[in-house]
Amino acid sequence: MRALTWHGKHDVRVDTVPDPEIVNPRDAIIEITSTAICGSDLHLYDGVIPGLMGGDILGHEFMGRVVETGPDSSLEKGQRVVVPFTISCGSCFFCKNHQFSACDNSNPVEKQDITENLYGHAMSGLFGYSHLTGGYPGGQAEYVRVPFSDVGPIVVPEGMEDDDVLFLSDILPTGWMAAENCDIKEGDIVAVWGCGPVGLFAIQSALLQGAGRVIAIDHYPHRLELARNLGADVIDFTRTHVLEALMEMSGGHGPDAVIDAVGMEAHGFAPDRWLDVAKQTVGVGADGGHALRQALMAVRKGGRVSIPGVYGGFLDKFPLGALMEKGVQVRSGQTHVQHYINDLLKRIEEGEIDTTFLISHRLSLEDAPLGYRNFHDNQNDWTKVVLKPGLTAPQPSEVEA
Amino acid sequence: MNRLTPNRRQLARGIADNRTYLLVSLAALTGAGALALALNQSRQANDQHPPDDAPGRTGRRSRFGRFAVSGRTVTINRPRQDVYDAWRDMSRLPHFMENVESVTVQGDLTRWTIRGPADFDVELETRIVSDRPGEEIAWRSTENSAVETSGKVMFRDAPAGRGTEVEAVIAYVPPAGRIGQMIAKLFQAEPSIQGRRDLKRLKMLLETGEIATSRNRKTTA
Ligand SMILES: NC(=O)c1ccc[n+]([C@@H]2O[C@H](COP(=O)([O-])OP(=O)(O)OC[C@H]3O[C@@H](n4cnc5c(N)ncnc54)[C@H](O)[C@@H]3O)[C@@H](O)[C@H]2O)c1
Ligand SMILES: [Zn+2]
Ligand SMILES: [Zn+2]
Repeated sequence: MRALTWHGKHDVRVDTVPDPEIVNPRDAIIEITSTAICGSDLHLYDGVIPGLMGGDILGHEFMGRVVETGPDSSLEKGQRVVVPFTISCGSCFFCKNHQFSACDNSNPVEKQDITENLYGHAMSGLFGYSHLTGGYPGGQAEYVRVPFSDVGPIVVPEGMEDDDVLFLSDILPTGWMAAENCDIKEGDIVAVWGCGPVGLFAIQSALLQGAGRVIAIDHYPHRLELARNLGADVIDFTRTHVLEALMEMSGGHGPDAVIDAVGMEAHGFAPDRWLDVAKQTVGVGADGGHALRQALMAVRKGGRVSIPGVYGGFLDKFPLGALMEKGVQVRSGQTHVQHYINDLLKRIEEGEIDTTFLISHRLSLEDAPLGYRNFHDNQNDWTKVVLKPGLTAPQPSEVEA
Repeated sequence: MNRLTPNRRQLARGIADNRTYLLVSLAALTGAGALALALNQSRQANDQHPPDDAPGRTGRRSRFGRFAVSGRTVTINRPRQDVYDAWRDMSRLPHFMENVESVTVQGDLTRWTIRGPADFDVELETRIVSDRPGEEIAWRSTENSAVETSGKVMFRDAPAGRGTEVEAVIAYVPPAGRIGQMIAKLFQAEPSIQGRRDLKRLKMLLETGEIATSRNRKTTA
C-alpha cells in the first residue's frame, strides 16, 4: 500500500510499504477514506518529539471502511468507522475510569521502559506517533491495523459525510476536553493561546460549556478571523502586549481559566523563546514553553490552567512560583477520546457543532508531503489539511498557496 | 552437576567457574533467607536511620549475602484465583516470559530453558517449595541447575477492588567467570526490567486476552 512515512526533520515521503494484517484477535483492518494532518504531526515533522524511526508511518486522525476483522473484533466488514487516536484496551483500571490515554495495556511492553524512566509511567499506545507511545503505524495510508477494534472505533451513522465526523478522532474531543479541564462556570472569561484546529475547537467548546467571554491569542490574521467567527474576541500578539491586554479585558481580574493550545513550539519574540529554540536545536530535550509561561502569568488567582498543547520533555524557566503562590489548578493530558466521542457525535448530528469550517485543503494521499510543508510554512491559510486516499489526481486549484 | 549448556566450547570453562561459586555458596545465606530479607522492610538500619516500610529490594543496597535480589509488583484487574491459576500452570509461562524458551513440568520439578545472550541457553531446574492456592508459589533451584536461585510469587487482593497485586521476587547468586558474566547479564543487568516486562505481559493477557504489539504483520518481514 501507499503510506506517508517519516525519514527525518522536514523529510516525509509517500512510500510503498507492506499492507497491514490482522495480528491480534481484537484487531481490524480499516481502508482509509479520510485522514488529517495534525499540529502534533508538526512536532514530529520538526523532529522535536523523541522516539521516531526512519520509515515510521504517521497519521493519527483517520476514518474509513472496515475491510477485515479479527475473531474478537466487534466490527463488521463494510462498516464506516472513525478511530480514536488513543489506543485503549477498555478493561484496565485506567480505561474503566475513562482515562483512556493512560491505558496500561496498549503500549507494547518492550516500548514502555523509556517512558517509565522519562515520565515515571508509560502511557497508552497512540497511532502514528513516537515509539514512546508504541510506534504504531499510523493512518496517513491506504490501510491501517486497528488494535482493540471492539473498544475504540465508532460506527458513523448513515448520511453523515467524512468531513462532518473525521475530527472526532482527535481535535474535536481535544478541544472539548481542553474546555472541560477549565471547569467553566457560567460567565467565566477564558483565554485561549493558539488558534490552530485545537484552539478553535477549544474556543467553540468553551462557549458551549458556558463561558461568558473567550479571548483568543495568535498572530495569523486568518486564524484569528476564524476565532472571531466563532464568537471569540481576539488578540494579535504581534500588535499587542498580551498580558496587559488580558488584564484590561478582564477588569484587572485576569482570565478565570486559560488554555494552552500551542504546545512545545510556541512562536514569538520573547527572550525565553529563543533560549528554548536554541536548546531544541542542539537537542537537549528542552520544550518550548513561551505560551504556557504567559498563560500561567495571565490566569487569575485560584484560576484553572488547561494544557492540551503537547510537551515531551523538560521545560525551563517554568513559573512555578506563579502556579503555587496564585494557587492555580493545572489539568492536561493526551485526550481521552473514547470518553467524549459518542456525546460529540450527537452534538454534530444535532447541528450544535460544526466541524468543517476549519478545513482549508483536501489533498490526495500522494500530496501529503505538500500538505505537511504548507501546514507548517503557511499556517495563516493552511488551517487544516485533510488527505483523501481515494482522490487520485492532485487538486491544482488548492495546491498553490 | 550443573546443567549449563552453551552451544560453544565455553562448556569446560563454565563448569569450572560454576563449581567455584557453588562451593563458595554453601557457606552463606540461603536463597530463601535472602528472599525473606528482600521482601521484608529494609534492615539497613543505622543510628540515624531506623528501618522504613519499603520492600528491602528497593533499598540502596541490592545484595543480600551472596544473593542479588530483584522483584516487581503489578496490579492485574482480575480475581486472585485467576491470576494464581495462570501462573501455576508453569507450562504456560513462556507465553508471557520473553526469555523463557521452554518449560517442562514433572511433578513439582520444573525445567526451564532460558535464552541467553550470545547464543547460549541456560538450563535451570527448580522445585516448588511452597504452593498456597490463590496466595503464593515459591520455588528453589536444585543441584541440577546452572544458577543457584530461588523465587516467589505472591497474590494479594488489591485495594479498592482493583483486582490482584502480583509480586514476584527472585534471588540468585551472581555467577563468576566469563560465562558467569553472561548469565549475570541475563539475570542481573536485566532481571528487574525483564521481570517488569514479563509481569506486564501477563497482565495484558489476563486483562485483554492478547499481548499488545505494534507490528503490522504476523511475521516480521
Ligand atoms: N492533548 C492532545 O491530545 C492533543 C491532540 C491534538 C493536538 N494537540 C496539540 O495541540 C497543539 C495545537 O495543535 P494544532 O493542531 O492546533 O496546531 P497548529 O500548529 O495548527 O496551531 C498552533 C497555533 O498556535 C499559534 N501560536 C504559536 N505560538 C503562539 C504564542 N506564543 N501565542 C499564541 N499563539 C501561538 C500558532 O500561530 C498556531 O496558529 C499542538 O501542540 C498539538 O500537538 C494535543
Ligand atoms: Zn492530532
Ligand atoms: Zn486500558
